[in-house]
Amino acid sequence: MKRFWNGYQKAIADDHYFYERSCIRQTFFPGSETAFLKILREELGKDILDNPHQHTCTGIGYHSDVVPFDTTMTVVARLFALMTECGYKNYVPSCVTSFGVFTEVMAKWEEHPELKEKARQYLWDACKREFEVPENVAHPSDIIYKFRHELKPKMKYQLVNRFTGQPLRVVEHIGCHYAKIFTQNGIGNAEFPYVLAGMIEAWGGEVIDYPERRHCCGFGFRQYLVQENRGYSIANTQKKFESMESYEPDFILTNCPGCNMFLDKWQYTIAEMEHKTYDKEGYGIPVLTYEELTGLLLGYDPWSLGLQLHQVQCERLMDKIGIPYNPSEKYIGISGRRHPSPEKPEYLKV
Amino acid sequence: MKKIAILGAGPAGIEAAAVLAANNCPVTLFEKGQQPLCNITDKAFLFPNFADADEVAAALRAKLDNPNITLRCNTEVTQLMPSFIAGFQEENLTGTPVWKVNEELYDVVLLATGYTPFDAHRKEELGYGIYAGVHTSLEMEKMIREKKIVNSVGENPKRVVFLQCVGSRDEKSGNHYCSKLCCVTAVKQAIEVKKLLPECETYVFYMDLRMWGQHFEEMYRTAQQDYGVTFVRGRISEAGGTFDDRVQIKAEDTLLGRPLKMTSDLLVLMVGMEASKGTRQLSEMCHICGEYGFAQSLDPHLNDCRTQGRGLFVAGSCKRPMTLTDAINDGRAAACEILTSL
Repeated sequence: MKRFWNGYQKAIADDHYFYERSCIRQTFFPGSETAFLKILREELGKDILDNPHQHTCTGIGYHSDVVPFDTTMTVVARLFALMTECGYKNYVPSCVTSFGVFTEVMAKWEEHPELKEKARQYLWDACKREFEVPENVAHPSDIIYKFRHELKPKMKYQLVNRFTGQPLRVVEHIGCHYAKIFTQNGIGNAEFPYVLAGMIEAWGGEVIDYPERRHCCGFGFRQYLVQENRGYSIANTQKKFESMESYEPDFILTNCPGCNMFLDKWQYTIAEMEHKTYDKEGYGIPVLTYEELTGLLLGYDPWSLGLQLHQVQCERLMDKIGIPYNPSEKYIGISGRRHPSPEKPEYLKV
Repeated sequence: MKKIAILGAGPAGIEAAAVLAANNCPVTLFEKGQQPLCNITDKAFLFPNFADADEVAAALRAKLDNPNITLRCNTEVTQLMPSFIAGFQEENLTGTPVWKVNEELYDVVLLATGYTPFDAHRKEELGYGIYAGVHTSLEMEKMIREKKIVNSVGENPKRVVFLQCVGSRDEKSGNHYCSKLCCVTAVKQAIEVKKLLPECETYVFYMDLRMWGQHFEEMYRTAQQDYGVTFVRGRISEAGGTFDDRVQIKAEDTLLGRPLKMTSDLLVLMVGMEASKGTRQLSEMCHICGEYGFAQSLDPHLNDCRTQGRGLFVAGSCKRPMTLTDAINDGRAAACEILTSL
């Protein structure tokens, strides 16, 4: 695969990033974005702005055909205006769909400059703001990938099974909107993306290639958002798990909010529906975001990373890596208040 | 005596050299490879009559046995331009420029630099170079030549899938044209596989089968009726590796209107023809580069071997994808044009 990976590299800014949070990640994987900011600021010494005035990119609505393109352009223009007003030129959207929306809008503006002027006028009419197009748009996973070798010496743990000494076997899954819209915007390419594989390899793990590696995670907006279509969603996820099962992956690594959520949560649903789990012992396959993985290897507290909010629990994975954790602190929130333990599922072991 | 250079010792170049030599015209035949006819000697049998490729190559090679032909192998032509561009003053009485071929001067040049097979790595979704079971049609031809068709673990395959139009009629690779001979080659190779491995299932995935040549349609029918080759109308969208080192393919059967998933021991990519590096470079150098890097003749109907450069002729698959038969005929036609022009 390296032959392809080398052919698809892209420019990623070195420093001074304007960060845009995802509208759904803080609910599903609440520690990831905070971990990313901490990694950049404290581990890499980078300047990254987390602007409190930011808002949705319209991605889910846009891809579900309920938000028209002109609206999306104007919302994107407002986000760019926030970046411009703060003096930044490098835009970093947390969500893969946002990344897809920004790259799509910018490509449209490049090919049809009149649309950019239209967006400028809409924005001015709406809120009297002005914007510059970013010089660089990179997904946070691009940035972690870029600095993966710098981060490695700071890491306390590697992706190695401490019981066997063997590399952990990792399934990587890339969000569709990362490189399937514009191949040149992804590290690697749409077929064999390297952005997560590069992290896994650099940190000691082994990437698993399985027949349905390129298949959809099941999130597909119309499959999931329309309740009657959810059978398609879970069927897609099930297809992936059936395909990867025989490779016995230690965990799944993703860079998209939807992929994270569906590959994790549908394991519970499939277990309830089919009484089927995809690891030999019935615990399921843990699903991590790249920020969670980076944080774990750097030695961050797993509960501050939000791992207790995963459907498939990560303790067995942490045991394999040798990461210490305190089970009694699992449900203590940042305020110090102890939250009730969740009810245990019937079939998926926790 | 006019000096004639033929660039490329493929079927078109050799045929042209033979005709010119037979008419007492000395020619110098340049070939960048070690041997002439490298695009034939890697084949096993040739459609539509399953002629032995070695025998055909030997017959063509025998034509080089003429004192008027000087064959220079291992000689790549990197410079081709009219003398007045190259800074020389020589020009013959008719006003035809003298052509500079590397460091030598010739009165007439025939470009017969041929094609190169499409690099299947460029169709990334098909996993060539990644999955051991994915091969090109050239590699399958080699297996047929050696009578040893094996899967990625060295066993006889139970199923072989051929995919048409890899790098032809394809927007993604930038080649909108049809390579013309892949359809019939897949039919031929599927028959060869069945001859060697009668128990092996063979499938051919196609957009539409272009059985345009004499006996092609009959071969297609024979493949279905006598050899049980299955033809599926649909393109393969993705190939992936399986746990047991086979290849999983995804496609749509467009006649049934249904998606399809299949596991095969081998996936054979029928790679199309592209202008060779020599064709691209030399035709650009003398300003006759046409679409897709192929050399452009003066007129496709009436002057298909002449070019806008006086004394510069073209023949064979440096102009467009061509079968062996067409390339030989075209070489002969170019020789006639050259003889007329002398």
